[in-house]
Amino acid sequence: MPRTTFSQAIELALSAAMAEDDRVLVLGEDVQMLRRSLFLRFGTQRVRNTPISESAMLGTALGAAMAGWRPVAEIMFVDFVTVAMDMLMNHAAKLATFSNGRWRAPLVVRAACGGGYGDAGQHEQALWGMLAGVPGLSVVVPSTPADAAGLMLAALHDPGPVVFLEHKLLSQDWLEAVGGHSRARAALDVPENGTIGEVSFPPEATPLGQAALRRPGTNLALVSVGVGVHRCLSAAATLADEGIDTAVLDLRTVSPLDREAVTELASSTGHVLVVDEDYTRGGLSGEIAAVIAERDTGARFGRVTCEGTIPYARELEREMLPNEQRIVTAAHRLLGRESRQAASSQRAR
Amino acid sequence: MSAQPDLRSLYRQMCRMRYVEETVAGLWNDGLITGEMHLGTGEEATIAGVAAHLRPGDALSVDYRSTPPFVAHGVDLEAIFRELLGDAGGLDGGRAGHMHLLSPEHLAAASGIVGASAPVVCGFGLAAQLDGRGQVAVAFFGDGAVNEGMVMESLNLASVWRLPVVFVCKDNRWAVTTRSRSVTAGGLRHRARGFGLPVVTVDGRDVAAVWRAAGRAVDNARRGLGPTFLIARVERLEGHFLGDPLMQVARNTRVLTAEVAPLVAGVWSGPGAGLPVRLRSLMRLSQTIAAAMLGQVRPRKDPLMLTRGLLEASQAAALEQETRAEVAGALAAARGGKVLRSA
Repeated sequence: MPRTTFSQAIELALSAAMAEDDRVLVLGEDVQMLRRSLFLRFGTQRVRNTPISESAMLGTALGAAMAGWRPVAEIMFVDFVTVAMDMLMNHAAKLATFSNGRWRAPLVVRAACGGGYGDAGQHEQALWGMLAGVPGLSVVVPSTPADAAGLMLAALHDPGPVVFLEHKLLSQDWLEAVGGHSRARAALDVPENGTIGEVSFPPEATPLGQAALRRPGTNLALVSVGVGVHRCLSAAATLADEGIDTAVLDLRTVSPLDREAVTELASSTGHVLVVDEDYTRGGLSGEIAAVIAERDTGARFGRVTCEGTIPYARELEREMLPNEQRIVTAAHRLLGRESRQAASSQRAR
Repeated sequence: MSAQPDLRSLYRQMCRMRYVEETVAGLWNDGLITGEMHLGTGEEATIAGVAAHLRPGDALSVDYRSTPPFVAHGVDLEAIFRELLGDAGGLDGGRAGHMHLLSPEHLAAASGIVGASAPVVCGFGLAAQLDGRGQVAVAFFGDGAVNEGMVMESLNLASVWRLPVVFVCKDNRWAVTTRSRSVTAGGLRHRARGFGLPVVTVDGRDVAAVWRAAGRAVDNARRGLGPTFLIARVERLEGHFLGDPLMQVARNTRVLTAEVAPLVAGVWSGPGAGLPVRLRSLMRLSQTIAAAMLGQVRPRKDPLMLTRGLLEASQAAALEQETRAEVAGALAAARGGKVLRSA
């Protein structure tokens, strides 16, 4: 299978779908420049620059989807989706129920998400928890190029609406656009296995609601999405060296959530640690705690999450976002193996 | 308000803003400032001409090209540099960065969300109106932002409530990499007039013209005569942000050459639209790139050069020397502090 970057993988899925189905449209701010290969191939009718009007953009995409087209509306950063929240939350998400299932809006909202490059909390949020909390919205967060293509294809085939979130640390296009990649000294913790990998051609759809076990393990389950999966894999290797056999589950979609995979792993390991770049409260990590409690798994639960607004300074940002060190420390605590270092530093306080 | 602008003091402010932004660009290129970086170079005459009319107690609501208006509004340079370096001693403890600069002491707030300065300035304006001490509130935003519903809503609200607000629309004719005229219907003047706002259009590179127009707008606001929509034509000298892919293509022939092959290949790639449609796309992309390149070579667009020409050469040079030293001193002091950043 050819090795493909995360950004190219999404383009691969989009171009395949656009070639196959004339009703697939791409609209958004600057898409004729940002997605210029699609623009060149499919023209101004199907790749449309919108004004900086997120609300009109999402509403237009919704209306077109209701009238039989299959739009992909590209909101640059997921933080900006809040400007158009009414169209997404009160309209797109409600259509299926209010029409008694007679009307669907096959709409994909594509947006870059996530932090770790110094943009602070108005441009670096995850927000998948908030979005997934709205009934009627599917939310996908790929962590590899294969899933980037696969989940985009699945989103395009879904009766919708689906929010497709691409993490900026995985996307070369976005890293270059925000200027992080071009400067050697702006050291970014980019997980290599997420940015480039094998993608089948033509790409295959990744079913929504199906988690992937990235690493088996018997003592502890790390559960995550997006860049968090790669942080978990690093932490799992460190924990394995200490004799803690650690599994890593990549949820891939936040809604619908693969409750079976979570339940199974919680039961088999007895310890679940959720690693979520999104906010602590009212989101994915709490939902997973509910799943393992409701299903009587008896598993212990812990979480490494974003506790507050992401600050600008790189050191503060690093502490706010889940990192390998925070995951290892939380794993020790969850397993009752408080590391000596942590214990002594606590005494010092 | 004196009838004639003090060109020396305006030029001095413009130099301070420019040298701060040049310093910021250097720090960004060195990787000491991370994330995106939107510079306000090219907007100095507009910012200086407006800010000269502000008094303590007046409020400022600005976009992500926030450093120049903060500089002109009297925020400490060292505190700004420390902030952008992510230093705990920065204006906002290193937690804000350039897109979210906040100074409650100056009633000055920035936002990284396009158009967000407009609703916030209405609140500053309402507070000023309620306080009744003749204070005003000024917002800066770009012409791309007028397509945000929140900006339109704000113009209406400010107009019906006769808020003491000046909306300054910095018209650089670009919305990121999209040319504004392709996404903005009806024109800026007609649009603002539709809300019953007085509209003034001014060459935003001409600091004296901006100073006069802004003086009338601020004066009207102070006297309870309501808001003004001030359109200032400016140049965007450094693209949407540093690292702007469009600017890289426009400036660097190596990047341009590297982009040509995939663009031409795209015309022939895979099933899709017919050849005429593809060639039209190629034409439109080429026009956009050409417009960006033209923006790079057109002479006499730099507001600093224009203002310098109005001063005696020795006077201008002395102001430049003085402000360069001020900015360099602030940077040195800022770099002396402990910088919080990961290796």
